[in-house]
Amino acid sequence: MILFQFLLVAALLFSFGVYGLLVRRNAVMVLLSVELMLNAVNINLVAFESVLATSALIGQVFAVFVITVAAAEVGIGLAIILMIFRNRRSANVDDFNLMRL
Amino acid sequence: MSTFPLTYALQEHAGDGGALAQYAGVMLVVPFLAFLLIILIGKRLPRQGAEIAIGAMAIDFVYALALFFRNATEGIVHEEQFEIARFGFGGGRQVAFEWGWVVDGLSTMMFLVVTLVALLVFIYAVGYMKGEIRVTFFFAALCLFAGSMMLLVAAPNLVQLIVGWEGVGLASYLLIGHYWEDRANSSAAMKAFYVNKVADIGLILGTVILAVTAGTFRINEILAQAEEGAAALGAVAVVAGLLIFFGAMGKSAQFPLHVWLPDAMAGPTPVSALMHAATMVTAGVYLIARMFPFYEGMAADARPWILGIGTVTLVIGAMLALVQDDIKRVLAYSTVSQLGYMVAALGAGGYVAGLFHLWTHAFFKALLFLAAGSVIHAVHSNNMSEMGGLRTSLPRTYWTFIVGSLALAGIPPLAGFWSKDEILATFDHAGVTAVFWLGVATAFLTAFYTFRMVLLTFHGSYKGHAHPHESPRVMTVPLMILAVGAIAGGFVLIPGIFSGFHHWVEVRQVFNPEEVEAGFDLAALIPGLIAAVSGVVAAWFVYSPDAETQEARDRVSIPGLYPLLRHKYYLDDIYWYGIVQPIKGPLARGVNWVNQYVIDGVVNGVGAVTMALSRFVYGALDQKGIDGVVHGVSAATDSAGTALRRLQSGRVQQYAAGFVVGALVLVLAVVVLR
Repeated sequence: MILFQFLLVAALLFSFGVYGLLVRRNAVMVLLSVELMLNAVNINLVAFESVLATSALIGQVFAVFVITVAAAEVGIGLAIILMIFRNRRSANVDDFNLMRL
Repeated sequence: MSTFPLTYALQEHAGDGGALAQYAGVMLVVPFLAFLLIILIGKRLPRQGAEIAIGAMAIDFVYALALFFRNATEGIVHEEQFEIARFGFGGGRQVAFEWGWVVDGLSTMMFLVVTLVALLVFIYAVGYMKGEIRVTFFFAALCLFAGSMMLLVAAPNLVQLIVGWEGVGLASYLLIGHYWEDRANSSAAMKAFYVNKVADIGLILGTVILAVTAGTFRINEILAQAEEGAAALGAVAVVAGLLIFFGAMGKSAQFPLHVWLPDAMAGPTPVSALMHAATMVTAGVYLIARMFPFYEGMAADARPWILGIGTVTLVIGAMLALVQDDIKRVLAYSTVSQLGYMVAALGAGGYVAGLFHLWTHAFFKALLFLAAGSVIHAVHSNNMSEMGGLRTSLPRTYWTFIVGSLALAGIPPLAGFWSKDEILATFDHAGVTAVFWLGVATAFLTAFYTFRMVLLTFHGSYKGHAHPHESPRVMTVPLMILAVGAIAGGFVLIPGIFSGFHHWVEVRQVFNPEEVEAGFDLAALIPGLIAAVSGVVAAWFVYSPDAETQEARDRVSIPGLYPLLRHKYYLDDIYWYGIVQPIKGPLARGVNWVNQYVIDGVVNGVGAVTMALSRFVYGALDQKGIDGVVHGVSAATDSAGTALRRLQSGRVQQYAAGFVVGALVLVLAVVVLR
């Protein structure tokens, strides 16, 4: 039952991510939490692939795609945070309420 | 002198005028387009719409001139008719209403006269009306006036003729009452309208009789039937002829319907000039000329009436002109008298003579009116008792006025001499000796009152208070052009030398040569000439010595006759106390009663019901129903928006929490519902 342990790790990782996403006030930490959630998903993808053992390695390929997209997302996210920090001297997400109606 | 073989040759070889005549309808459309355009945008233009009016009239004038030359060289007989409506009545008979235009000798001559005089008057009016009120409207109405006259002259059928006829009446009403703030002016406008309306009844009845009998409104077909001697038409010809002549009496100011014309002087002077020379009063003469073959053949018994009315008119008009103080009224009564000449000439069978006088009269009467307008413009008064000695301060006006006066008096070689001689010769040849001598006597009176006017206005010492000054060029140049016409206009018909005019107006589809030729006639020429010259000389002896007051200057005063003339033969009083008051009294009271108790009751009842209904509609339906729904929708939208805006906090983590909760709900749903 090796799959169960993988899934457990992934679920824990995802829960930590959700917790960090909702609780942390530092924007960088929020972004890191998102990364945790994405990696939890990657673990799931790879774990299921190892069980299903498709000839095309769909799970692995998809995980690589997620990593790539995550890298891009982090790049953009950090850039946004950097710009906001330059303007507001703060990385606190509670201060980022400019989009309010 | 007989010109008939040549005339027939002309008629046989008359062309159809080609494209020029085919599109002559352009001339009818342009003034009405100008009318609409002036109404719409005239006020915004620098000259307040005058440029549009002048442009339109210039187009028409050039077109008319082209037609005129074509007719003079080869003759045109052309007719266009478009059916616009068809009405059937008992027995399967149908009557078509048509529009179109007829281009022949008569109408091309009228086109030229109307457009030439109208163009010059429009140009003159730019100067005359400068700074006056409602200039835009004035020019719009002038366009309507000229356009209606063109419509009338071009009419190939009686329906279109009546439409143009009434259009002229309407426009004259608007223009005579141009300064309607003054009650006298609006009364004069209404008088002109009513008197013409009375006469119009005759025209309309005559038209209906002719159309029903002949089965067509087309003038040429009616005339052709009259030529063939259709029995049905013959039975009603005299009655219809007299009724149509009654219509012509109104427009052409024949006794006893001439009373509107002098009062029409209330309008601005350019209007008077246009009305007297070209557009309105010639309509009746034109109508008789258009129907001339009818009056010459079938309705010949109506002709003595035409001759008689014309003769009475020419005499009484000239006598009334003797005693007037208002310079425009002298000219107005002079017009009445000259129209009498034209009508009497047509009544005596002198088709060409009557039209020739219309032609020359258009030039010199337009000239005299415009020159009188120039004088009035200078001294700010119509009364000759406030003029005098103006020849030094208004030299150009003076000389052109002299030319017009000599033409009116019939002094050779000016235009009036040739046409008046032609008319007198017609009377002589027709064998109506009494009319001939009355015509000669009136020629004397004409010369006399004309030079009375000239001397009282321009000679002696100045008696007014304003400081007279010569009018601007925009006013004097039209005077000079018309003066050329008044000098040369008569040379188109010199008996024995050049008879161009004769051929021009005789090119017609249906034409029977007149019984009475005019031509060269020493027996007519010499008395007429003596009368004219002695009239001028007599006026010189009576009026050239100056005096302080008008009464002293007006030396001639015949007891009995002069009071009669000053009161205009009491005609206005007869009409007022004999016709207007009896109708006004009982009829007005009756109408008032009906108005008070019947019509007002109905109107008030309808009003009350409407009020109640509208109150219900307002209170119950509009305020509570429709407005309630509208307000409810907006209030709901407003409160929903207020509630929902709290969600939009801008806090990223709240949104994220929303996502998470939503995802959890979905997962739970999948688990539970599985």
